[in-house]
Amino acid sequence: MTALGDLFRWLTDPTNWQGSHGIPVRVFEHIELSGISVLIALVIALPIALYLGHTGRGGFIAINVANVGRALPSLALLAFGLVIAIALGLGLGFWPTVFALVPLAIPPIVTNAYVAIREVDRDVVEAARGMGLSETGILRSIEVPLGLPIILSGIRTAAVNVVATATLGALVAGGALGRFIVDGLALQEYDQLMGGALLVALLAIATEVSFAALERATVPPGMVAIR
Amino acid sequence: MTPGEPLVRWDWIASHAADIGQRIGEHLELTVIAVMVGFLIAFVLSLLALRVPRLYGPITWTTGILYTIPSLALFALLIPYTGLSLLSAEIGLVSYTLLILIRNIVAGVRGVPVEVRDAARGMGYTERQILWRVELPLALAVIFAGIRVATITTIGLVTVTALIGQGGMGYFILLGIQLFFSTALIVGALGSVLLAVLADGTLVLVQRALTPWTRAG
Repeated sequence: MTALGDLFRWLTDPTNWQGSHGIPVRVFEHIELSGISVLIALVIALPIALYLGHTGRGGFIAINVANVGRALPSLALLAFGLVIAIALGLGLGFWPTVFALVPLAIPPIVTNAYVAIREVDRDVVEAARGMGLSETGILRSIEVPLGLPIILSGIRTAAVNVVATATLGALVAGGALGRFIVDGLALQEYDQLMGGALLVALLAIATEVSFAALERATVPPGMVAIR
Repeated sequence: MTPGEPLVRWDWIASHAADIGQRIGEHLELTVIAVMVGFLIAFVLSLLALRVPRLYGPITWTTGILYTIPSLALFALLIPYTGLSLLSAEIGLVSYTLLILIRNIVAGVRGVPVEVRDAARGMGYTERQILWRVELPLALAVIFAGIRVATITTIGLVTVTALIGQGGMGYFILLGIQLFFSTALIVGALGSVLLAVLADGTLVLVQRALTPWTRAG
């Protein structure tokens, strides 16, 4: 298994951990790129989903948007992101990738947040209304806290997808961990290629695991007993 | 894109019709192999998980990790072993179908009402007959839902295999990115989405033909 040996040497070579093209910088770029994309998606998706969920309107759209989202190939999104970014004069690299990642992240967030709010027991909502809570009060202190685990699971799906797909940003001259994979492919440097692949895989799994832990931690105390 | 260059150059599409047709065929071939092989593996693992419920956790955990690994990373990890080949592409594509298919097959079979199972047992069906003649047919709708999601996901992922020399419509997307050529980008991207929509529609029709009883209710 010389490939594994090369991979180990690449990962332990101190020069790969230094400078502006080193592993820590690429990991940071990857997290920055993914984080900003998920944040923009949240700002767009959450208000819409919470409004639709609270009023019970547009259920068909909110649920089916996730299926449409799955049909969009990530490479195609990157292509459109590139066209948009160049049309807006934002150049290569970072922004085309963000434009590709945001539409990828929106569908699971919308669908899960909508379902989360709808799943909240209507009797509880009625009781809150009877106690004089305003509509925004109901949303803020009843529906969102009770639906939080499901809302977070949508954000988890989005985040893992985004971390995985941010790799493709290197194709449009972006940084992040995809750089190692794309350069490794182009130069046939398999140690670099596999090193980058391993780091991205670990980052995606770490994202998945930390969100799963966050979901468990946010189950309201009153609901733990029922489960 | 280059100033003055139209968004879509129809003459390019016309002169590359044969090439486009060939890539569509390649895209479908990659997808069909992946979903069929994926289904066979998922089916065996699901039957195993249904017979030995203790194994369901480890099976979904393992396939879940495969599902989480970014597609490009998985393809890249395979290259030193299986090269820039159809095999590398298929290993990656198949691994992504497993979790989706297993979840649906197991959920479909487990969702069959206990009364139905008991009635079959009362009529003298053996466990094997109950599985093949009662549980699996009744689970077909849920299983098909899984096949649809797996197929759509795979059609999208096939584009990424362009990076390891396969790719179907992904070839045009990559070409478009490398040459800053919007016509190729659009042909590749829209072509892939269109294939996904058509494949999904076809699967819905097949499902309706296979499960006529679901329409009665």
